[in-house]
Parts: sequence; C-alpha cells; structure tokens
Amino acid sequence: MGSIAKIIAQRLALGVLTLLIVSFVIFVSVNALPGDFAQAIMGQGATEEAVTAMRKDLGLDQPYFQRYFSWLGNIITGDLGISFAQMNFASNLGGDQLISVADQIYPRFINTMWLAGFAALIAVPLSLTIGVLAALYRNSMFDRIANIGALTSISSPEFFIAYILVLFLAVLNPVFLPVAEVTPGITLGERLYFLALPALTLTLVVTAHMMRMTRASIINLLASPYIEMARLKGVSPMRVIVKHALPNALAPIINVIALNLAYLITGVVVVEVVFTYPGIGQLFVDSVINRDIPVIQACVMIFASAYILLNLTADILTILSNPKLRHPK
Amino acid sequence: MSNLLFVIAVLAAAVVGGYLFRLIGQKTTQNRPYFRDMPFLVAFGYVFGAILIFLCARLYLQPTTLESGVPNAVTIFFRWTVHLIAGLALAAFLFRLAGRNIGTDGSKRLFRQMPITASFGILTIILYCIVALMPEVFAPYGEAEVFAKSYVYPFGDPAANGDPAHILGTDEIGRDILSRLIFATKNTMFIALAATILAFLIGGIAGLAAAIFGGWVDSVISRSVDVLMAIPALIFQLLLLSIASFWANSYGIPMVLFMIVIIAVIDSTRVFRLARSVGLGIVAMDYIEAAKLRGERLGYLITREILPNAMPPFLVEFGLRFCFVFLTIASLSFLGMGIQPPSADWGTMVRKLADFIKFAQFLPNAALLPLFPALAIAILVLAVNFVVDWILDKSSGLKG
Repeated sequence: MGSIAKIIAQRLALGVLTLLIVSFVIFVSVNALPGDFAQAIMGQGATEEAVTAMRKDLGLDQPYFQRYFSWLGNIITGDLGISFAQMNFASNLGGDQLISVADQIYPRFINTMWLAGFAALIAVPLSLTIGVLAALYRNSMFDRIANIGALTSISSPEFFIAYILVLFLAVLNPVFLPVAEVTPGITLGERLYFLALPALTLTLVVTAHMMRMTRASIINLLASPYIEMARLKGVSPMRVIVKHALPNALAPIINVIALNLAYLITGVVVVEVVFTYPGIGQLFVDSVINRDIPVIQACVMIFASAYILLNLTADILTILSNPKLRHPK
Repeated sequence: MSNLLFVIAVLAAAVVGGYLFRLIGQKTTQNRPYFRDMPFLVAFGYVFGAILIFLCARLYLQPTTLESGVPNAVTIFFRWTVHLIAGLALAAFLFRLAGRNIGTDGSKRLFRQMPITASFGILTIILYCIVALMPEVFAPYGEAEVFAKSYVYPFGDPAANGDPAHILGTDEIGRDILSRLIFATKNTMFIALAATILAFLIGGIAGLAAAIFGGWVDSVISRSVDVLMAIPALIFQLLLLSIASFWANSYGIPMVLFMIVIIAVIDSTRVFRLARSVGLGIVAMDYIEAAKLRGERLGYLITREILPNAMPPFLVEFGLRFCFVFLTIASLSFLGMGIQPPSADWGTMVRKLADFIKFAQFLPNAALLPLFPALAIAILVLAVNFVVDWILDKSSGLKG
C-alpha cells in the first residue's frame, strides 16, 4: 500500500502546484489590462486625484509580485475582494455596506452545484447504459440510431438544445418551466421541478460525449484476447461483461466520467444564461460583459479549481482501480 | 402527471408486446433460429419502434388548426421537423445518386461505399462554402440594410404578420433575416477557419518540435500546455476576451483579430497533444532513423518524412477542431462576447430573437425566428461531424 499512498501524494502535490500556476496565469492576464483597474473602475471622466486615491486603496502602487502574493493570500483566506459595481456604487453614493464578492458568489455556487449534480445524476447512469448497449449490439439498428442521436446532440450548440427543449417541453407541452429563477428557501421538490429543463439540457450535451467514449472503450476491450477466450470456453455473455470486461473497463470509464463532468463546468455557463438561473455561470457572464474584474477573477479561479479537482479525482481513482498497483508483487 | 403515465404505459406495452412478438414468431415459424435466439431486448426494440412510428404518424396526420381556430402548434412543429429531416435526407440521397453516376471511376467508387450521412455532410459543406464565398450573390438585401417593419414573421403570409419581400422575416431593428443568415455564414466561417488554421500552425509546430527534440524542450512546452489546459476553455476565452475588449477600445484594434488569436491559442493546446503523440510514434520509426543517418536536415525530416505520415490523423482532427471552434464562436456570440454588431452572426441572432420561443403555442411562425440561426449552426457542425465519423470509420478498420 505504501507505493499507492506515495503516488497519490505526488498527484495531490502536482494538483496544488497546477492550481498555483493557474492562479498566476489568471493574475498576469488580468494585469495585462491597458492602464489599470483604478482607471477602469472610475471611468474616463475621473479626476487624476480620485484615480490616485483609488489606486492606493486597491494597493496598485505596490510592486507586481507583492500584489500577486497578497491577492493569493486573500483568496486562501476566503477574501475575494469587492466587485467594481459595488465600489462604484459606494464611491458615488457613499454607502459603506459593501457586499463582498465571496458573499455574492456563495449562494450562486450552491445553486450551480445543484444544477451540475442533478445533471450528473441523470447523465452518468444513462450514458453508461446506452454506451455499453451500443458496444454490445454494435452496428445494429440501436447502435446506429444512438450514434446519429449522439452526433446530432454533440453538433448542436448548448443553447439550441436548450431552446428546443423549452419549445417542446415548456411551451408546446407545458410540463416544465421555461425559466429557472430559484429563490432561497424553496423546498427540494420545487427546486428539482425548476431545475428539470436546465439539467435535461446538460444531460443531453454530456450524455452524447460520454456515451460515445464509453462505447469506444468497451469495443476496444471486447477485442482483447482474454474476452475471446472467455467466450470460447462458453461463459454466458452477461458474465463476460460483468466478470471479465467490467473490472478492466473501470479505469477508462472513470476517466470518461471525470472528463465529462469537467465538461459540465463549461456547459453550465451557457445553460444558466438561457434559463436565467442564478448560478455562478450567469454571474461570470454578466461580469465579463460589465468587465467587473474582481468577480471575473474569482469566478475563473473557482471554475479552474473545480476542473483541476475533477481531473485529480479521476487520476487517483484510475490508480486505485488498477489491480497491478493495488496488489504489488 | 398524465404525461408520465402515458410514457410508462407505452414502455409497459412495449415490454408485453415484445414478449408476445417473440413468442408468436417462435410458434408460427416452428422455432426458426432467428426467433429462437432473439434476445428480449431486440424484440422489445422492434415493438417499441413500431409503437413510436405509429404515434408519430398519428401526430403528423392531425389537423393543423383546432376546432377553436387556434393553431395546433405541436403538429405544425412536428411536421416542420419531419419535412426538414426528409428534405435533407432526400437531398443527400440525390447527391449520392448523382455522385455514383457522374465523375471518374475513383469518385464513383467513393460514392458507392458512402453512407447517406456522409453524403449529407459533403453536400452541406460544399453548399455552405459556396454561400460563404459569395454571400452578395445569394442575399436579397445588404448585411446591415434596415427596413421599416421590424419583427416580420417568416413565410411571407400577410395574414400571419408576414411579408413576401422578407421570406424569413425581419429582426428587432428590421433587417432581413435571410440576408443576415447568409452574411453570417461568411463572418462565422471565416473566423472559425482562420482560428483553426492558426491553432494548427501553433499546436502542430510546437507538438512536432516537442516530439523531435524531446528533452527539456518537450518538458517545457508540455508543462505549459498542461497549465493552459487546466483552465476550462470557454471560461478562459471569456476572461481573455473581456480583457482584450479593453485593448480594442483603447488602441482601436479590431476585436475580430483578438478573437481569432485567443481562440487559436487556447485550442492549439489540444492540437499540440495530438501532434506530439503522432510525432512521437513516427519519430520512433526506422525510416526516420535511416533519414537521420543519411544526414538529412530537420526541414527535410519534417516536410518529407514526418508530415506525409501524420496527415490522416491531422485531417480528422482538423475537422473536429473546426467544429469545436465553430461552436465556441457561436457560444461566445450568444453570450455577447463574440462577433460584434453590425456584423451578422448566428449566435447573436439567437440571443436577440430568443423570446419568440415563448409564443410558439399561438404564433408558430414567430417561434421559428430564433431557430433558423441555431439550425444553421447545428446543420454545418453536424455535417462536418458526419464526414469525420465516416473517414474515421473507413480508416479504423473496425468494421462489422
């Protein structure tokens, strides 16, 4: 077991290192702005003194690396800064009740987790089933229809799928709601009802990818000699799949799931905008359009961390599912 | 609730029907192997398919207006869908038929082995390219020409708020939708193609260099690519574009340029991975070793020995990357950070006209307004995907 623990520790360290470098990349790209934040917040009409004061407020007069480390330190302690919109509001109206970015993001983060979790809960079992069936009945009618369906779904932009679902399931047959404006304090049933269409959209998008990858990896596996051997000695088809193929398919399938869950992160952005769902994706798009740098920075950090975490989990699970590593000689 | 019950009833009927279908088949054919060895799932599939076809036919044949005079929107939309798919399939079929009978022996043979999906893909790509190359010929009006009446509905029926002069209607400020769709083909395809080619240049060169030189060059490039890939692509593109918009504003550089470069750089990481692995596979070959021993220079090695052998996977990847970039541009435009007005663009059109979806029940024509541009994207990407799938299937040797 010692070797596994060591490999996992290495992967964890690598993940943390990647996150650090990513944070630096984000910091550098944001600081590539012409002029600087202070000018950006105050706008063109601001006087020179006001801009200098704002610069001092934000700590922009300090050296580059010092700023990076203080930003990083703030992130680690959970202080994501204050949005430009809030600051502008305060500097014009003199209010002192500023809502921090962390407070803005927290409820939305929970909402997004609900959406992604719900979608994953439908998508993973569904696509694994279809993928395995398509691989088993390769080139049958079912396989062809599944393949064309998957290609169509991959080829459609997320918003197209979303609007088609709205058209058929919310407008023509009013089964679900066309918007998902959840409010705090709703019951679980209501939340799931609100979430149905956004989650279904994400499910369709992700299922197509996941099903194709599952099918490909199972087909690869079924071509291996030991499967042929098992078949030849007369093992039942079900047993071939469950006993012989599945343990070896575990690693590729875990990878497929993790990759696609990571894909959910990007899909969430468009879907939240279509359904005006108050999640982190919508906040991100809004702040990108309004060029609200502190919020953008925080959102990108969260998205990137989730992405890295998912890939890291996949890595570690793959190692754990590898019998050669679990039972070292 | 009744919907759910209906779905459950259909599934239950298919389960029972599948069982009966197999039983009857076995009895009436004296246990022919086909029915004797039929798995239950296959029998279920046949019956379920038959039920679906029956339900679809019933839906298709319903009248388009209810007794109360309200349009029967479900049937109207279903008929449109069926007509669209049938029309596309027919066009693909005729194209394949023409290809089988016209042209050289080689091209005839190619068309003979072609599935209908691939012929649809090739036909569509050709049509889109023609439209993109000379939009002025096909568009009835100019790209930004504004007319008096905004929100004209499609199909030119004056009774349904249509106008024969604008066969697909007009948008929120009265521009002709058909013309906008046609000009958007040029705008979007140009950016997507430019970004894909640039991504291939960057990623391909870096990947091959990493494969050929190995050592620290490989480590440095690979690790930087890993870092870039650790940020979700769409998110990173949005971040960079929002920063680029500051630059575009203060220095007057066109935003399109930034878009192409940003999309290309982020996409080149994926190309790099492929180029590197393909390159590594080829570099290990004996003929490369032989060429090296002959004392050939690096340029010769790349252009004469490596590239010709790396071409097939690159071509397939080019198709897939193009699709990906195309969808990225559509998403970016939809989110408001892509191609900027007054340039015509599909993603932006969908966003601006999206609210009409909610009127589908009573104004089915109006609900088509946002669906046209979305369809335009989906059909092109689907076409490229079908062709790529066909090439992959042809070259993989994984056949029936």
